[in-house]
Amino acid sequence: MLTTDRVAGGALALIALVVLWESRKLPLGSLRTPGPAYTPMVLAAILLVFGTLLVVTGGRASAFRSVGWAEWRHAVAIFAACAFAALALERLGYRVTVTVALAFLLGVLERKGIVFTVVFSLALAIGSFLLFDTLLRVPLPRGPFGL
Amino acid sequence: MVETLSSLAVGFSVALSPTILFYAFAGCVVGTLVGVLPGVGPLAGISLLLPATFGLDATRAIVMLAGIYYGAMYGGSTTSILMRIPGEAASVMTCIDGYAMARKGRAGAALAIAAVGSYVAGTLSVVALMFLAPPLAEFALRFGPPEYFALLLLGLLVLAYMSAGSMLKALAMAALGLLLGMIGIDQMTGYFRFAYGMVELGDGIGIVPVAVGLFGLAEILATAGRPIPPEIIKPRLRELLPSRREWRESAWPIGRGTVLGFLIGIIPGSAHIISSFVSYAIERRLSARPAEFGHGAVAGVAGPESANNSATSGAFVPMLALGVPSGPIPAVMLAAMMVHGVSPGPLLIKNQPELFWGFIASMYVGNVVLLILNLPLVGLFVNLLRVPYPVLYPSILTFCILGVYAVNGSVVDVWIMLAMGALGYVLRKLDFETAPIVLGVILAPMIEMALRQSLAMSDGRYSIFLARPISATLLTVGLVLVLLSLKPLITKSLDWRARLAIAEKREELP
Repeated sequence: MLTTDRVAGGALALIALVVLWESRKLPLGSLRTPGPAYTPMVLAAILLVFGTLLVVTGGRASAFRSVGWAEWRHAVAIFAACAFAALALERLGYRVTVTVALAFLLGVLERKGIVFTVVFSLALAIGSFLLFDTLLRVPLPRGPFGL
Repeated sequence: MVETLSSLAVGFSVALSPTILFYAFAGCVVGTLVGVLPGVGPLAGISLLLPATFGLDATRAIVMLAGIYYGAMYGGSTTSILMRIPGEAASVMTCIDGYAMARKGRAGAALAIAAVGSYVAGTLSVVALMFLAPPLAEFALRFGPPEYFALLLLGLLVLAYMSAGSMLKALAMAALGLLLGMIGIDQMTGYFRFAYGMVELGDGIGIVPVAVGLFGLAEILATAGRPIPPEIIKPRLRELLPSRREWRESAWPIGRGTVLGFLIGIIPGSAHIISSFVSYAIERRLSARPAEFGHGAVAGVAGPESANNSATSGAFVPMLALGVPSGPIPAVMLAAMMVHGVSPGPLLIKNQPELFWGFIASMYVGNVVLLILNLPLVGLFVNLLRVPYPVLYPSILTFCILGVYAVNGSVVDVWIMLAMGALGYVLRKLDFETAPIVLGVILAPMIEMALRQSLAMSDGRYSIFLARPISATLLTVGLVLVLLSLKPLITKSLDWRARLAIAEKREELP
């Protein structure tokens, strides 16, 4: 049966194999004088063992089907907003990026009123910029026209 | 003793200066907010507020961050008692009897007992920290790379052993964290490992994006779509005084919780969470009326709340004295100290006494601030919970992005946070603990360096770890823990970790 432990164990074993494959580009050294690939390879081998053990012994864990993913649409939308922020932060500047991301989350995802969305997004973007950049002197990125 | 007290006097001269008092106060207020708001635990809170301390000197910054840490521990009880929502994981047990007391009209008394218990435990555990850390640091001066390697390895094994649920799963998470910690320049040879041409990854994966991603973003991804529980029980100020019977019933649980929390705090693991579970179980077992537990037992609030606050100070002992974090929160605190040019470890007390003792004294001050702050202002903090979650989480998300970006001024860190958020979300769904990943990331370079230095010392002989008494002892303890974790496989029964995991799952959601 496909259980949560088996799925996770399989994924971990796969990660371990990828690391083992990628480590071949680095000098391994020897047992006595380990090179830069030595520790990652040992750790990947350990992870491979743990992953395999999870697959083998994971039959009693809860069924993978029983995992609730009801909020996945919300989660994907939030993740997309964050990805936009990461892409735009240094291109559009902090204030524009945060205003747009907040407007999307509040207006589109949470269906708040347009006035509230605009006012709240602008206030939080400008307020947090003033607090961190101006007051606490933590430099935040500026976009076109110094925005 | 006299030396300790005179050093403490120096500490108080630092801690009672107006600016340090201000930052201790600010840290406590922010920490309480972090604790009150569901979804922002102390780990994510400290991580994303780290950039706010960049403009400060090391003492002020560390005092403020420590204030956030124990402020969050105090604040977490408020939502547990008034809404049956644990503000952070350590307050899960307080939900049971705290909320039951609130429903009986004793919300004020429950809050007061939680606050006084936290104050007593917080203060006494700082006394213990003060007396324990300096001799431990002195002892740690005898540690060489083999001892550090054994200690760090033992730390990971204990963390895995103390985690709720399967040790195999916790160890797999620790191994994943250690592998993530391998990214970046190899310190001994200068090779770039798994960086794929990204210069920003040269210094490795930062602890802040990992912590904020796994604990902040993952929580938001998992909970944003859920409906919000509406009912908040609001206590009146005059109801805050517990009755004489309630004081009597809370005295011993507070004492036991303090001792237990401090001892568990020293041991690696999610100490503040485990200590509250263990304290609850002990109080129920010792109670003359165990049937009251679950229906508003005073000891069910006093014990766990004292234990989780005491564990906060206990966790600082290995971090300050040995430079070894015992869990994810001390790991972030350690990283924060390093950002400010402070290296915790055996030489900290000797080289920067005013910082160490100022920090200790500020913890005394912080506990007083929190006692004064928490009770009269409870209504104010609770009002924050009236902000609908669909408005609250975008604001938290903004601070996650801002906080992570500001540490290095790098978008790569924001991407790392996103990747960790997605990983944390999936791992939560699959019932895996993410705390060992955070600890693995910060311990990886230390463990590798200690291993390679040990081998260089011994001309490549691994027997060096067994030839030196301290490292041999530490490794033996680690082996015993691994063997103990195999016991349930042989006896086919549930051990305490499995039972803890079931209890956590049962109480996680109201």
